[in-house]
Amino acid sequence: MQLFPCPFCGPRDETEFHYGGEAGNVRPEGANVSADFWANYLWFRANPTGPSREIWMHMTCGEFFVMTRDASTHVVADSSPNSGREP
Amino acid sequence: MTRRYSALSLLKEGLTGHRGWAPAWRTPVPKTSYDAIVIGGGGHGLAAAYYLAKTHGIRRTAVLEKGWIGGGNTGRNTTVIRSNYFYPESVALYGLSHRLYKSLSAELNYNIMFSPRGMVTVCHSEAEMEIAARTVNAMQINGVDAELFSSEDVRRVAPIYNFSPKARFPVHGGVWQPSAGVARHDAVAWGYARAASGLGVDIIQNCEALGFIIEAGRCRGVETSLGPIRAERTGMAVAGHSSALAALAGFKLPINSYALQACVSEPVKPILDTVVTSLGTGTYVSQSDKGELVIGGGLDRIPSYAQRGNLPVLETVIAGLIEMFPAFGQLKLMRQWAGIVDVVPDSSPIIGESPLPGLYLNCGWGTGGFKAIPAGGTMLAHLLAKGAHHPISRPFDLSRFAKGRLIDEAAGSGIAH
Repeated sequence: MQLFPCPFCGPRDETEFHYGGEAGNVRPEGANVSADFWANYLWFRANPTGPSREIWMHMTCGEFFVMTRDASTHVVADSSPNSGREP
Repeated sequence: MTRRYSALSLLKEGLTGHRGWAPAWRTPVPKTSYDAIVIGGGGHGLAAAYYLAKTHGIRRTAVLEKGWIGGGNTGRNTTVIRSNYFYPESVALYGLSHRLYKSLSAELNYNIMFSPRGMVTVCHSEAEMEIAARTVNAMQINGVDAELFSSEDVRRVAPIYNFSPKARFPVHGGVWQPSAGVARHDAVAWGYARAASGLGVDIIQNCEALGFIIEAGRCRGVETSLGPIRAERTGMAVAGHSSALAALAGFKLPINSYALQACVSEPVKPILDTVVTSLGTGTYVSQSDKGELVIGGGLDRIPSYAQRGNLPVLETVIAGLIEMFPAFGQLKLMRQWAGIVDVVPDSSPIIGESPLPGLYLNCGWGTGGFKAIPAGGTMLAHLLAKGAHHPISRPFDLSRFAKGRLIDEAAGSGIAH
């Protein structure tokens, strides 16, 4: 069992968390969004092998936050409240 | 040297101390250029190289493998082969694979131990039975052998299942595909490797792809840990690591990589002669020829490139197994591992030319790549030889995401990946 740091509750079991996607994937606005651009937002991901910034939800407190985590080692480098600028 | 495998050659070698067997495949020094390169020495990559040589006569092909062949997901799956999908496009693809598997041992002169022992998906409520009836109807319309099973039918094929009225998930019936089964997964990789090598394909192990040779906007080869290797056409069949190679080529894919775990118990005498999966627990199990119970379940829902998996999911899978077969609670687990699977939003593979011309994709098989090896290889070989889609692979082109023509098997057939 890995412990993830919730910025509000501290270290908690990984089973309490839900992965919400890559951080920085901003929804395109306006009516003139091309199909490729829209598909890129909806489906296409960087899916990096190393560190990446991810949106997570701590389901027990209901808060969204940003976690910087390495997908190969599972080491968590940082965990911070969502600034409001991230989607 | 003895190259062909048969009862007669086994007898002959047995009488002479087994000293005459030729190595199953050559270990060549890579050339500086080939007609085609396939990145990834798993089942799909080796099958692509084999069909490229066999069907299309293109034998100056290299298969590049960063580790050892069949050491990725081909050696990490639960060996189940089935074609119980919902949409006609999927059935055309997986049905082709299923048919090729049936004759693969003879085709490759290598016993892949395909055992069509049947697979039952157990349903636990009347609502699930209605969905099961819809699935069975769709499968039958698509020409797949499928039967709707009653509770008594399930008892007939899996008598040691938990039929207790107090069970957490009572048995209402199920979906039966009699021609589904299992095969020896390593043998599929080794059989394709041996046959491809025999046709002239160079299988280069311990050779990692580090980048692409891109000239005038076109892929003209691969930068590898053993130096540059040029080819006009390159295919990639690297499953969970597809996004990493795509980044080297300068594009993104609609893929998330997750760990999928599996485990085996200690070997026991024959107790289960079919494949059983439960819609309630999400656990599935079969018994290998060695007697081990081969157990699998759902994904670790944490993006990962670590080939080991986390404990909570393993606990869920084992709890499900004990619910389905209480007697298995006495067994010890012997091995546990994980493979990195390439999960696509519509749970269907991506086959076709990539955004980098000259580079072709075979990825996105998610948790179900093993059953599709012969078809995935056939499709990638066709793309590499002709530079265009086979009719069966066209619906699976990467362009389906921008067009909105998804083939959503997660919603269609309830495949949970």
